This record gives sequence, C-alpha cells and structure tokens, in this order.
Amino acid sequence: MFLLVPIVIISIFSFSAKQGLVDISASWVLDNYIRAFDPVYLSVFFKSMGIAGLTTSICFLIGFPLAIGIASAPKSWKPILLMIVVLPFWVNLLIRTYALIAVFRTRGFFNFSLEWVANLLGIPFEPLTLLYNDAAVILGLVYIHLPFMILPLYAGFEGFNKSLLEAASDLGARQFKIMTAVVLPIMAPSIISGCILVFIPALGSFLTPELLGGPSSQMIANVIERQFLAANDWPFGSALSMILIYLTFGALALRYFWLRRRYFGSTENRP
Amino acid sequence: MTLCCTIVFLYAPIIVLVIFSFNDSRRNVTWHGFTFKYYEKALQNNNLIEAFFNSLSIAFFNTLFSLILGTLTALLLWRFRFSYKSVYEGIILIPIIIPEICIGIALLVFFKLCGWPNDLPWPLNLSKITCAHILFSFPFVAVIIRARLATFNLAQEEAALDLGANHKQIFKNILFPHLKSALVVSSLLAFTLSLDDFVITFFMSGPETTTVPLKIYSMVRFSVTPEVNAASTILLLITIALAAIAIWIQRSWVQEVEKP
Repeated sequence: MFLLVPIVIISIFSFSAKQGLVDISASWVLDNYIRAFDPVYLSVFFKSMGIAGLTTSICFLIGFPLAIGIASAPKSWKPILLMIVVLPFWVNLLIRTYALIAVFRTRGFFNFSLEWVANLLGIPFEPLTLLYNDAAVILGLVYIHLPFMILPLYAGFEGFNKSLLEAASDLGARQFKIMTAVVLPIMAPSIISGCILVFIPALGSFLTPELLGGPSSQMIANVIERQFLAANDWPFGSALSMILIYLTFGALALRYFWLRRRYFGSTENRP
Repeated sequence: MTLCCTIVFLYAPIIVLVIFSFNDSRRNVTWHGFTFKYYEKALQNNNLIEAFFNSLSIAFFNTLFSLILGTLTALLLWRFRFSYKSVYEGIILIPIIIPEICIGIALLVFFKLCGWPNDLPWPLNLSKITCAHILFSFPFVAVIIRARLATFNLAQEEAALDLGANHKQIFKNILFPHLKSALVVSSLLAFTLSLDDFVITFFMSGPETTTVPLKIYSMVRFSVTPEVNAASTILLLITIALAAIAIWIQRSWVQEVEKP
C-alpha cells in the first residue's frame, strides 16, 4: 500500500488549487487540467510524443535486422551477442548520456574525427553543432533504449518456426512478400511489446532531454520537474504527471486490447 | 553489418570515455599521454568520496529490504489465492511501468506531507532515498523470484511433508536451495538499480545527501573534464562487475533448467 499512497496524493493534488506559496487546498477543481491543455503545454505533450514515436521507429528499424541477425547466428555465438547487447543496459544512464556528450559536443571526438578527415581531403571544415537540439535528444534516447527493443524481438524470432520461410519461398513468394505476409504478422506481438517498452520510458524520460536537449527541446518530464522544483506549482505539476501516467496506461491498454482481439481472432480461424 | 555498426554505436562512446579518463590533458580531445592523475584527483575529492559512501550504504540497505519484501511478495502471490489477487499483482508492477519522474514527484509530495524530518544523523538521513529505492526495486525482485518459483516442483514439497518435515525445514532445505540463485541475481539487480538511479534520487536528496550519480550530474552540468571521466569509469567498473556476476549466474541457471 506504500506504493499507492503517493500516487493517490498527487492525483488529489492535481485537482487542487494553489493558495499562497506553500499551502494547497484540496478543492476539486479542474483548473490544472484545463491549464494543461493550454497550447504551450499541449505542444510540449505533442512534441514529447513525437520524439518518443520517432525514437521508437528508429529503434525498430535498427533493432529488427539486428534481432534477426542474432537469432540466426550460430548457437555458440548467441549468448555472447546477447550479452553484448544487454550489457549497456546495466551501465548507468547518466554515464551513457555523458559519454554521448563527450563524443558529440562541438569540440568532441566526432567533430574532431570529421575535421581530421576533412583536413586529409583538403576540405575547409566547420565544426558541426550536434548537441542541444531535438536530433541530439532522439539520438540519446535511441542509444539508451535500443536494448529494450532488441530483446523482445529476439525472443520472438527464437520462437519463430523457420520452416515457414522455406514453405513460403517454395510456394513462390518473394522476399518482400515473405516479410509482409509471413514474418510481420507472426512477429507482431513481439514488435508491439518492443515498441511499448521503448515508447513508455522514452515518453517520460527526463535526463536525456535535460542534458542533451537545448532550451527548445524540453519534454514533459522537464516541464513537470520545473513545476515542482523551480515554479513551485505543485498542483499543476501533479496534473501534468497524472496526464503522463494516463498516457502510459493508455499505451498499455492499447497493447492489451490489440493482443486480445488478435488472440481471439486467431483461435476462431484455427482449423 | 548492422550488428557491427550497432555494437560500435553502443560501445564506442563508453570506450572513448574510459580511455580518455587516462588522458593527461584538460581539453580532453587530443591524447597527451597516460596518467592516473584524474583518478587521484577524483579520489581526493571529499564530496565525491562522501557521495560514494552514501550510494553504497543506500544500495546495501535497499538490497537487504527489497530482497525481504520482494521474496515475501513473491511467495505470497505464488502460494496463496485471495480475492483481488490480480489487482494486487497489477499494483506491484506499477513502479516498473509508470515513468520514473512521476514516482519521484509523488514521493516528494508524500514525504513533504507526512513531514519526514530532513536533519537526521548519518544513516537515517539517507532513509528517504532508501525508502524510495526499495519502492522501485522490490517489484523487480518479486518478479524474478516469482519466475523462479514457477519452476518449483510442488511434489517435492509434498514428498517432504510425507516424510515428516515441518514447514520450517521445508523452507530451509528445499525451497531456499531452489531459490538461491534467483536471490543472488535479484539482490545484484537491486544493488545496481539503486546505485544507478538518478531521477528518483534527484527528487529525494537534500544538501547533505548526495549520491554518486547526483554528484556526477552536477559535475557534468559544470563541464566535461577528465575527472568526471575517472569518476564515471569507477562507477562503470562496479556496475559491470555486478552485471557480469549476475549474467553468469543466470546462465548456469538456464543450463540447469535445460538439462533434465
């Protein structure tokens, strides 16, 4: 029950009005929620969802071939490859973000190598500004959440019956057709799981936009943090975080209903 | 091909970070020679050492309590049927699912409202952070222990009962050996989670109670120096060692399951 009390408190807070600097009265008003739908905050929400969505798609595009690669690797290689993919997951988030800063900052290693190549080719070189924009945030999120995508996809491919591929090609299907008609439908549950596992933490991420993003690439979590620690408007911050929690549960519910529909659908069709 | 690129993408920044912690240059970009200077500097930084001890004590208490709480939860969910069991199971998973920042602020508000004192003597001033860490790490423990319990053969317990063992003996001689590897893995996980957590700790900490991630964060905000690299490398080595042990145990566990 220790778990629930704090969440119940913020959900009550989210309906409360702010009185004075520290006093908060539970007055059951919707003001905070209405304010959350102000264009300023709404755009932050849409932006966060956009960033999280892009991150998820990029993770999928990288993770999908990678998971196939690992699943079809020789048996003795699999544990090693998996371990290589999973190990960064154990490394501190902050350290990984910091490592990215060190590599991609204006005077970082990436620009340094580019400069070296440019000098070698005799092209005038101008250091690129790679950090403190939306692209940097997406890059950081992809970097951090890639293992979350690869693991469920890999688990899906492990259970995949490879004779289906042979059957499809025997029946004359082309590569693309095999992919869309055989592989993707069977893999769909793992793909959905992977996407959810990336989308949810990416949506609520705080550290990556804080460190890699510029002033314009703030996500919801940063706005919430500022409501609490800087603006000292706890009820409004609570309302924003309740919306974030609802979004999370919404994503989970979508997955649940989708899987259930699919499950019942497939049992009906089964001979 | 993609595999190679991804591995480079995943590892290059970390490796560069480690290598350049030995670099004898403040500017950090070009290689100026090998040195341990920044490790010495990091180890002489009293704030950092203090943060390090804070982190270790929080991680220790967190591991202890979340292990107990998680194991009890798992046993409860495994053994007994009660009304609203699935609701309870769902609630247990909440800290894993909802965004960290929401847990962080919820606990901030919670501790503020219940008037948790801020200026306690040493081990107790970490209690806020420790409670928060237990909250988000015990569900992981419960999930792992429960997965292990699912492979337990109930016939063993019945056999033991038939042979006249009491419940205490069954727990000690049959259930505990079965769970041992899972207990080790989950305690390592709880330890690492606690050592690594930034977001929730960020909302819980006061001026007296910084942890290593918080300290590194404030150093990163200030500037990119080899000292930060050195401090990060130390933390990195600890987590990788723990992770390696955990993965190794888990592998032997998988092999054991596959064997019969």
